[in-house]
Amino acid sequence: MSQSTAIATRELTKTYKDVRALDNINLDLEAHRIYGLLGRNGAGKTTLMSILTGQNYPDHGTALIFGHEPFEHDPTLSRICFIRESQKYPEDFKVHQAFTAAAMFFENWDEQLAQNLVQDFGLPTKRRIKKLSRGQLSAVGVIIGMASRAEITFFDEPYLGLDAVARQVFYDRLVEDFAEYPRTIVLSSHLIDEVANLLEHVIVIDKGRIVIDADAEDLRGAAVTVTGEAAKVQEFIGAATVLHRDGLGALSSVTIKTQLDADRREQAKLMGLDLSPVSLQQFVVRSALSETATATGEKTEARS
Amino acid sequence: MIDDSKPIFMQIAELIENDIISGVLAEEAQVPSTNEFAAFYRINPATAAKGINRLVEDGLLYKKRGIGMFVTHGAPQRLRGARREKFQQQFIAPLTAEASKLGIGVDELVAMIKTGSDT
Repeated sequence: MSQSTAIATRELTKTYKDVRALDNINLDLEAHRIYGLLGRNGAGKTTLMSILTGQNYPDHGTALIFGHEPFEHDPTLSRICFIRESQKYPEDFKVHQAFTAAAMFFENWDEQLAQNLVQDFGLPTKRRIKKLSRGQLSAVGVIIGMASRAEITFFDEPYLGLDAVARQVFYDRLVEDFAEYPRTIVLSSHLIDEVANLLEHVIVIDKGRIVIDADAEDLRGAAVTVTGEAAKVQEFIGAATVLHRDGLGALSSVTIKTQLDADRREQAKLMGLDLSPVSLQQFVVRSALSETATATGEKTEARS
Repeated sequence: MIDDSKPIFMQIAELIENDIISGVLAEEAQVPSTNEFAAFYRINPATAAKGINRLVEDGLLYKKRGIGMFVTHGAPQRLRGARREKFQQQFIAPLTAEASKLGIGVDELVAMIKTGSDT
């Protein structure tokens, strides 16, 4: 394990009754990078983060945080901040008391940053936790996650109830603060397009398995959508791997997994074909995630 | 701005190149820092750094230790030379291809270009 490895897992496996939540997960996360942990509901993201933060344990395999197993290991746990999707705080606490509690636990806590973020989110700090709206609760989590400046910070879908403006505030402040205080950030999100440009590395998990583990820049431009006359599109794409196919009469639109050089682009132009870029979200959805639709909205809380 | 067509670091490098060619960034002018680029374009700072480093490797920017990045003397001329080489392939080839598809002859095309550049 190199000096800069923050998180390393080997053969990590976790089963709940008959569901294999994590299936032989092998990952190495380097320090001082922003990771995106992407996948569908129930893919295993939260289970993985729970184990990495010592709030759960694997059936098999190891998870090392800075070389230590986190479970009940206080010196390691104090270096980690985990903000859950539905983070619970003591109901009768006032917001500023929740921050005071966090400040006692996280030795790198930056009170000034917390105050600035309170302003940015317009959070009423004298209100009790139980009186907060869903979005305000999420803001509390985001503020604790950022102001903790923990060496490893996990954000598990931290934006429930936050509107587009508030989410943008979160992303902007995250980039700014990360630039000044580099640390390891693992951001789990459904809103892939929103966070895509912030990520240095992308991990996609599906049905408990890692299906993509790659630098975000390597995925950008790794696929292209070719649109035009069906016969010409077919001629152009040849034997390339097809990720997705749409048709409308004689028109065809095919997403292929390939990087086109200038000559190929030129060729497409001469054949009268349109080339359009494929976003990270489209790429992940098309290339890695299983297509069976599930009901949206509910999420099993019982898994951790 | 940033899109999905290619790696962001390449787009950052091209944005800076464009500013050097157009004179927005003059020779010996200081280039914004990695963190400023990251905040402005809302991208990962490591990605911004990669784009800037590519221009340093190409000799278009140079680093003054402890101060920042600057545009190398002669960078605009070098970039213009490189862009001219690509001009034929990037602009003339598709132009003539489209023109021949529409039945526009070379003389007519030349006339259109002349009219276009007068306005």
